[in-house]
Amino acid sequence: MAKLTLPCDVETIRSLKVGDFLELEGRIVTGRDSAHHWLLEGHQADVAPLLQGSVIYHCGPVVKKHEDGHYSFVAAGPTTSAREEPYQADVIGRYGLRGVIGKGGMGARTLKGLQDHGAVYLHAVGGTAQVLAQAVTKVEQVFMLKEFGVPEALWVISVSNFPVVVTMDSHGNSLHAEVEKASRAKLEKLLGLSA
Amino acid sequence: MMSPQEWTQKLVEVIAHASTQLPPDVVEALKRGRDAEVEGSLARKALDSILHNIELASGNWQPICQDTGTPLFWIHHPIGMSTRMLTAACEEAVRQATGKQLLRPNAVDPLTEKNTGHGQAPGIPTVHCEEWDSPDVEVHLILKGGGCENCGAQYTLPNAALKADRNLEGVRRCILDAIQKAQGKGCSPGVIGACFGGDRGSGYVESKRQLLRPLPDRNPIPEIDALEQDILEKSNQLDIGPMGFGGKTTVLGVKIGHLGRLPACYFVSVSYMCWANRRAGARITADGTVTWLD
Ligand code: SF4
Repeated sequence: MAKLTLPCDVETIRSLKVGDFLELEGRIVTGRDSAHHWLLEGHQADVAPLLQGSVIYHCGPVVKKHEDGHYSFVAAGPTTSAREEPYQADVIGRYGLRGVIGKGGMGARTLKGLQDHGAVYLHAVGGTAQVLAQAVTKVEQVFMLKEFGVPEALWVISVSNFPVVVTMDSHGNSLHAEVEKASRAKLEKLLGLSA
Repeated sequence: MMSPQEWTQKLVEVIAHASTQLPPDVVEALKRGRDAEVEGSLARKALDSILHNIELASGNWQPICQDTGTPLFWIHHPIGMSTRMLTAACEEAVRQATGKQLLRPNAVDPLTEKNTGHGQAPGIPTVHCEEWDSPDVEVHLILKGGGCENCGAQYTLPNAALKADRNLEGVRRCILDAIQKAQGKGCSPGVIGACFGGDRGSGYVESKRQLLRPLPDRNPIPEIDALEQDILEKSNQLDIGPMGFGGKTTVLGVKIGHLGRLPACYFVSVSYMCWANRRAGARITADGTVTWLD
């Protein structure tokens, strides 16, 4: 199984294609609805260097605060990415992200953003919060914890052997679009709806 | 007689069970699904990961999924027991379970957009209390995740686009359409709870109550049983698969209820429950002895 070490360069990303199974190593940043709004409100200079060349993970984790003040992830699976569809392409462009981790895939606007900027959509298996929490080796720091709460904050984490599948690549291919189309055709045939 | 505090403790145990231990019938269905997928396929890898996750969560008593969902309680209680006390105990149990990381702080006030921080808010959890003749209390709990909740759908019959009339064939068309539209977004393979009839509110509630039925449970009404089996079979031919990666395992079970309707209305309400079908049932005697049902 191939490893992808983050942050990484555009060439590496361009070499990935739909259906590739990868294990991620290195630094990623979590962010969901509030984070995406905030990232587009202005240029968030503190977090920007951490996003550059890395990926944003659509995840609202369960986090444990230890007595000495450090944090660890208790459960950390992906959340539905579709909600970030209006913002994702802009966030990728503005912060130099090389990809997104989430579940359920994203739409045409993001697919075009991935193509334009050289980024990929990485699908983690939804609900596998324990498997993925084990792949989080360290919580480095956190942004906007007080303002957004635990699930919505931006957690900067180190991961190792973090399993994902490329379901949207930087060449305009989307496994989600393919499966959607094929399953629609099958259903229409089944129900006698096809023209 | 148990005190409200003691009831709260029992309910925290029920939440712990639901959040960390998947019912054996669901685990079995996922294993069968895994074995049916092609070696090396994305579908098989996804199901392997899911099964590994279930083991880890269960062994460590950690949440199966970080989205611990909306807690939906259905309680049967003996005559004379206070439903106000039971509801308050459910709410307090949610707050305490959140404090113990058995649940994520999962309640947002939509007016202020602030997370309440303790998992509880008006309407969260939902608690349905019903009196019965037994001296025991029976609690059933579902933790219904947000991703799959977003895949729910309500149809009005007739529906021209689906060529769906006001009959069971029409109901079938709506449910299959909802499954196809959900793709992998509700963390397939999922379980479908549905209801035909009712009003817009009661239809959805009944569709969720159907999710309390274990997967092997067969509908006692032959026509609806046939409908459930047929939708199960047909939806697994759509090649949506686990997570929408393609594959044979799209739906693990279909459970359909029905309610009376107005002559003017015919609703089909569909609730999608993810593979993390967190269901817990407990029978609790007046002295606090618990028998687990799921
Ligand atoms: S849909 Fe279910 S399994 Fe998927 S993330 Fe939500 S709660 Fe977890």
